[in-house]
Amino acid sequence: MSPNLRIAFRFLTAKKRAMFMSLSCTILGVGLFIVTQATTSGFEQFFTKTILGINGAIRIEDKRQETMRSMAAAGGGDSYFARRDGVKYIEGIEEPQQLMDAVREFPNVRGVSAVVRGNVQVTSAFKTEDAQIFGIKLEDYVRVSDLAEQITNGQLDDFRNSPKGALVGRVLADRLQLAVGDSFAISTRGSSRRVHVAAIFETGYREVDKSNIYVHQAEARSLLKRPTGATFLQISLEDPSRAPFDAARMEQVLDHGVKPWQEREKTWLAVFRALRISTMITVSVFTLIASLAMFNTLAMIVLEKTKDIAILRSMGYERRDITQIFLWQAGIVLAIGAVVGAAFGAGVTWLVGQVPLPINGIFKTDHFIVTWEPSHYVGAILTAVVMVMVASLFPARRAARLEPGDIVRGTAQ
Amino acid sequence: MNPISAHTTPAAARVLRCTNLHRYLGQGEGRVHVLKGVSFEAQRGHVYAIVGPSGCGKSTLLYLLGLLDQPDDGQIEINGRVMSNSDDFARTAARGEHIGFVFQFHFLMLEFSALENVMMPMRKLGRLTPDAMQARAHSLLESVGLGNKTHRLGTQLSGGEQQRVAIARALANQPAILLADEPTGNLDVKNSGLVFDLLTRLAKEQGQAVILVTHNPEIAQRCDHTRPMRDGLFV
Repeated sequence: MSPNLRIAFRFLTAKKRAMFMSLSCTILGVGLFIVTQATTSGFEQFFTKTILGINGAIRIEDKRQETMRSMAAAGGGDSYFARRDGVKYIEGIEEPQQLMDAVREFPNVRGVSAVVRGNVQVTSAFKTEDAQIFGIKLEDYVRVSDLAEQITNGQLDDFRNSPKGALVGRVLADRLQLAVGDSFAISTRGSSRRVHVAAIFETGYREVDKSNIYVHQAEARSLLKRPTGATFLQISLEDPSRAPFDAARMEQVLDHGVKPWQEREKTWLAVFRALRISTMITVSVFTLIASLAMFNTLAMIVLEKTKDIAILRSMGYERRDITQIFLWQAGIVLAIGAVVGAAFGAGVTWLVGQVPLPINGIFKTDHFIVTWEPSHYVGAILTAVVMVMVASLFPARRAARLEPGDIVRGTAQ
Repeated sequence: MNPISAHTTPAAARVLRCTNLHRYLGQGEGRVHVLKGVSFEAQRGHVYAIVGPSGCGKSTLLYLLGLLDQPDDGQIEINGRVMSNSDDFARTAARGEHIGFVFQFHFLMLEFSALENVMMPMRKLGRLTPDAMQARAHSLLESVGLGNKTHRLGTQLSGGEQQRVAIARALANQPAILLADEPTGNLDVKNSGLVFDLLTRLAKEQGQAVILVTHNPEIAQRCDHTRPMRDGLFV
């Protein structure tokens, strides 16, 4: 053990109560940082997973309109136009297969699925409800969603093997009092089809569970009288966080409107960001308290140890030795505080994860959601290191600046 | 008791010399000219007493000689090297290597044992191995009569014992100069005699120059040289 560390340890252990206070504050600061990060990001990550499991990472909807001159030359003119951000779009995807092949060329793409969507009325023996049908090719669609994991009643294979089968959202099924095997009518634009419930799914996102029905694409095309094209392409990515970058590139290359999930869900993501900032402020206050406690302890030790500082200086200890002795004290508190604080944070995070908390709306859970990220622990410890060491620098430098002659003469300030 | 001249010491034996030292303390209207051109020399194996009334500048001179403070004017040489204008790093190194201090109020580090207190200057200088440091600290504590109390904390020692530990600590790095500021000022008569005898005996044995500030005339009389001071000057 170096002489300075040895002296620092003794100085610190001689002030047990003050050290205990600084240590407690550091442990609390580190622990609460971890807990708040784990809980805040827990809900955000769960929401993100739910959203990606329903709508995929990217959606391609609507073709960009060509220039008026080229449109006129091609003889076009009766399509539906929408104007967004100064760009005109033609609704839907005209050549889905061609576009899917192009999308698969992008390196981050895991899966792509063409979907035909339409508004319908659904009638059971009990009542009629408005709904949306999604015509899908199952093998493609399970690669861009968590539909396989969202089945709560029935089997996905029953849907796969049954051309007249449908997957119905949990809330809609409850409203229509439908169970697996029951038949119901889907009607739109004067035509009607009778299908049966192959399985019931639940995403946890209430709006989806009360309106979505998945049917085979051929059935949807027939019902919606749309023999070609698609409403949108749903895309899953290996790294969903890169969606804005990939979407921008796709929009440029494919000449279609492309939306990443971050843009689609920006309202909810803004809510989570605000929540994260508010918890960061709370946590910063805790860490500030820890650093103030450390400052207080060290300032007190400097005041009480001026004679010891004079002795050390008279024995040949340099100013930097004195600084080191006081920084070591902060270092000892930090090291113990970081280890115990991380363990405390992990323990509390685990306990919070056991708290029952039924939520159903934007996702479904029956308990508090927490995440276990090493970055939370690294972040908590780094924050504590910066705050405590900055708070320790002032008393340490003050101690080093003391003139031994002034101390022994009794005129040190 | 022999008063000595500032110009009679042979250069080879001289470990300390100061010439024309001036020191002001305080600020503004409270600024006092404490030392007014003091010159002094010390050689190995001699014990010097600086005596005088309170406030005459004895302790201020001692702190300047020990490089704990810097003069406003004048020059200090330690072992032939001018230190008065050197930087804090050089002065600190010189203190650790050449100078031992004994203060009036013992100034032990109370969280440490007697042995650790004596080892502390050795640990900083780093000349000896840990085992050799421990052996030397034991030997020094033996020589001050505390061989059986090496592991006692400062708080578990009497005033006289603490001062003996402070002497052992001052001698730890075998300094050329031992400076003592009223080393017996806080002790009873019996302990005063004991501490003074110890200080002078060990210093003589190891060939150190001892410069002590004292109010005690008996102690001053037993030194090799006495330098009375008044109003910031030797008289």
